[in-house]
Amino acid sequence: MAKVTKLKRPKLSPSDNIYLVGIAKSAFITLKHAALSVLGKSRGAESLNSSGTGITMQYPEQKWDDHLPEYYRGAPALVTDEQERERCVSCQLCEFICPPKAIKIIPGEIPEDDTWAKVEKRPKEFEIDMTRCIYCGLCEEVCPEQAIYLRKDYAITGTSRQEMIHDKSRLYEIGGQRVGLVNKWNDLK
Amino acid sequence: MDLSCLYPVIESLAKVLFFTFGVVLPLVAYSTYAERRLSAIIQDRVGPNRVGIPLTLLGFKKDLPLSGLIQPIADGIKGLLKEDFTPSYVRTFFYWIAPILTAVPAFLTLAVIPFGSQFTIPFIDHTVDLTIADINVGPLFVFAVASLSVYGITFAGWASNNKYSFFGGVRSCAQMISYEIALGLSLIPVLMFYGELNLGNIVTEQAFNGWTLLPLWNEKGFIFTGAYLSHGGVFMQWAMLIPLFIAFIVFTVSIFAETNRMPFDLPECETELVGGYHTEYSSMKFALFFIGEYTAMIVGSAVIITLFLGGWSLGFGLDKLLLWDCELCDWKWYAGLIHMGCFLTKIVAFVLFFILIRWTVPRFRYDQLMRLGWVIFFELALINILIAAVILMWNTPGFDTTAKALAIVAVGIFTFLMILLAKSINTKRETPHRTS
Repeated sequence: MAKVTKLKRPKLSPSDNIYLVGIAKSAFITLKHAALSVLGKSRGAESLNSSGTGITMQYPEQKWDDHLPEYYRGAPALVTDEQERERCVSCQLCEFICPPKAIKIIPGEIPEDDTWAKVEKRPKEFEIDMTRCIYCGLCEEVCPEQAIYLRKDYAITGTSRQEMIHDKSRLYEIGGQRVGLVNKWNDLK
Repeated sequence: MDLSCLYPVIESLAKVLFFTFGVVLPLVAYSTYAERRLSAIIQDRVGPNRVGIPLTLLGFKKDLPLSGLIQPIADGIKGLLKEDFTPSYVRTFFYWIAPILTAVPAFLTLAVIPFGSQFTIPFIDHTVDLTIADINVGPLFVFAVASLSVYGITFAGWASNNKYSFFGGVRSCAQMISYEIALGLSLIPVLMFYGELNLGNIVTEQAFNGWTLLPLWNEKGFIFTGAYLSHGGVFMQWAMLIPLFIAFIVFTVSIFAETNRMPFDLPECETELVGGYHTEYSSMKFALFFIGEYTAMIVGSAVIITLFLGGWSLGFGLDKLLLWDCELCDWKWYAGLIHMGCFLTKIVAFVLFFILIRWTVPRFRYDQLMRLGWVIFFELALINILIAAVILMWNTPGFDTTAKALAIVAVGIFTFLMILLAKSINTKRETPHRTS
């Protein structure tokens, strides 16, 4: 049985009971806040990159991009390696793990005469529906080829549903090249 | 046909159009902007700073940014263009009439507010009194009409057929009626002091003999000159400051309660009642409630300023400089304009004070609100009247020392009784018995 402690309300002094002194004091605090935020000297204005009034950043003009943490999970995208090879081998693990079923992959063969014929497969089509994506990062975690990454893009907009479906070319455009990871399919190996 | 009988009508009409549509409505619009901007900077935010003139719509290269100054107009256009949705379960007649009943009384009370001294129209040499209706029952008219707006809010709450709205309506009804008493009683010392119910005359008196709360000058001069001190009635002016200041505080707080402003905004408190009485309203009907509320706020501050802070007068003896002839009290032709500017400045300052208080004092609990109104302010206002009466009696010839002493004893006994009465009203709730 938990011990019950009875707390006593603090006794208010007569000046507290009249309120007026308290109101004057707190009005001073609010006025101080107003003055400081007009001058852009509110507490935290510096570190929060304020626009000059209060601590707010004016969004489209100012962005937080430089301050995004290393682990930030933005739009998922496909990457190529240093030899411009598509890392994705269309194993479809990401498609299966994706909780909202946002990823759709149609696997395709790599023809015999291709430089990367030994990789055997690359995606013919790779679509991520950004209206469904929940930015959980499971695709990145599950990928054995380190081909899909969550980049730092967060302003994903479109004027139609169709525009919000990122196809393969768009995904490679966002992802770009990523170097210095596993080199499983290098010529050297 | 003699058209001269029409001149007073035209004059009144011009004053009505100028004061309500030219002064108060823009003031209402911009007090919403001020409210949002000031609230924002108090909370370390920015507030609405985007709306400008969209010149790009007209084919220009760039918009004209005005740091959000067009916001009230954008709000108004939005209010007019939004769908006016009437839920199927409301009492349509009362639902429709409620917003009107809130806004109209607030505007009606503008009629008796003196917003300037006198303005002589140049060239035709016609002197206009800058009050729409210079009637001899000013404060009574304000109370009588302003209290009608309780109908609007109560109807809105009831007709919405929604329990939260209903709570809001009932709360506002009880609150406004309770504070009406403190409002009326707190003013009596002021009216006793001036012996006058005409707001225009009260202000003129203040212009020459010191504001009610700042009696630093009188007809003989400023406080630093010798004549001020030797002038009769100075002692009474300063002694009366005690009851007048109490009256000022009670009246100001009651105005806050009457206009449903922040420490007392229980009828529409968002955290408890969704939106209170206007939950079911949309578009311009919703906006009308706000126009009514802000107009009530402006009228409230106008009454406070008129009665306690010198109304349109510049104060500090400066008003004398605007006189043609001190004996006849004729103002120079431009005096009205200067006084009007002074009055508007005071109103704006008071509206800003309203907004500041909103973010300073947290909301009262309902039983605390009722206790403040009925137990504290009611008794305080009654005692205050007697104190004022005794002080006024000091300067009135015909009372000997015994009578004065008896009066003081009587006030003491009355105060004691009132405190006993206040103590006997047990507003403390029983703490629920806890079994653990």
